[in-house]
Amino acid sequence: MNNRVVITGMGIWSCLGYDLDTVRDALYNGKSGIVFDQARKDMGFRSALTSYVEKPDLKKLIPRNQRQFMPEEAQYAYCSTRQALEQAGITQEFLDQHEVGILFGNDSVAQATYKAVSKIYEYKDTAACGSGSIFQSMNSTVTMNLATLFHLRGINLTTSGACASGSHAMGLAYLLIKDGLQDCIIAGGAQEVNPESVGSFDGIQAFSTREDEPTKASRPFDKNRDGLVPGGGAATLIVESLEHALARGAQPLAEIIGWGFSGNGDHISTPNVAGPQRSLELALKSAGVDVHEIGYVNAHATSTHAGDGREAMAIANVFGDYKVPVTSTKGQTGHEMWMAGASEVVYSILMMKNNFIAGSLNFEEPDEETACINVIAKTQEAHFDMFLSNSFGFGGTNSTLIIKDYKG
Amino acid sequence: MTREEIIEQVKEVLAEEFEVEQDVMTDDATIKDTLELDSLSLVDLVAVVEHTFKVKIPAADLPNVKTFAQLYDYIESHLH
Repeated sequence: MNNRVVITGMGIWSCLGYDLDTVRDALYNGKSGIVFDQARKDMGFRSALTSYVEKPDLKKLIPRNQRQFMPEEAQYAYCSTRQALEQAGITQEFLDQHEVGILFGNDSVAQATYKAVSKIYEYKDTAACGSGSIFQSMNSTVTMNLATLFHLRGINLTTSGACASGSHAMGLAYLLIKDGLQDCIIAGGAQEVNPESVGSFDGIQAFSTREDEPTKASRPFDKNRDGLVPGGGAATLIVESLEHALARGAQPLAEIIGWGFSGNGDHISTPNVAGPQRSLELALKSAGVDVHEIGYVNAHATSTHAGDGREAMAIANVFGDYKVPVTSTKGQTGHEMWMAGASEVVYSILMMKNNFIAGSLNFEEPDEETACINVIAKTQEAHFDMFLSNSFGFGGTNSTLIIKDYKG
Repeated sequence: MTREEIIEQVKEVLAEEFEVEQDVMTDDATIKDTLELDSLSLVDLVAVVEHTFKVKIPAADLPNVKTFAQLYDYIESHLH
């Protein structure tokens, strides 16, 4: 089968806002979600910078005996998924009557694991960690919780592909629906926002230390970038076949037309150019489009020296003389890691549907490596109807999605 | 710790953990029904008591701790 695959609903819980309209405005206005967290400094962090994401109050929505299984990333994902289902016009009654799947990117459950093991050590008794810990401290916690809460009976799987996890989830959803194995999948990415989850990441000196100017710390592609800022939250997209969407009277927002992926086969943390480049090339081949049809590239660029430079070279190698507009929304959000591949599709669709490209916050001037691409520094009114979204991760895992506007 | 203090503290922590009003925890009420415990959340009762009183309730003893009064008795007799 070769079904067309569309997105009919989106939801977001991020440092830029907790609904699509707020996030759209934040993107347009170049709002930063980055703060200084004294608690991290007190713990001995080299960099106490992080995005700030509110914890939702789910007491009125989920009974205690189910809520106790949910770490913060599952709570964020529950909120973003409710929004996405609502926009898609999918009710609980519909979910009860149809086989809907779930694929989410997630690659850590650090805080839940830390809390559970701490209790066991403290009391020398495994029961002391309570009944929620096992379900909170498995990597598939987001999909196991949401599948239970929404009574999902289709594919039920978490993708763990480092900082490309959310993008891989989207790509797999695309393939399963394209091949006719599923009609509708709740796809997304989630990321916990706490010191326990990123302490070891801080330990390898990957974070920006521009603590005196938190909102200027994440500066993808800029000459003076000095590391990433960790972020998080959750993003959800309802992915379904065009036939399925139209049959139930839904209005598609956009169409996924290509997915590419690759492995670097190289260093565990230092990226190269060839791996990402092959991911872009496979995505273009999969979509069957020419580079000139891509109106915007949402880059992976996290504000690290090596990563941004090599991604810029990969983009330049693939796009050649065509200076496609490129930005990284991570200047505003920090690096949303497991969530980023999904959230950045949400951000890009919001731009595409509202005719603008959000300026790459804090990009002032390129260095020798990043000068080869056309980074849009300030928000501009722009019409585009097709974009490419990159996500790359530790271990050399790469994922690239190509999405176009749907104008039924 | 007096029995009254134990009762007060048990009601406080269980109301917080299981999100119920303290006044539903009458002496003769069944813990499982009052707190809506299932096989999983029964573990949380054990954990909360352990955290609060440093008293472990082994699985073998749970059948003897059905009512709140029996829980108070158990804690009172096992407090160090």
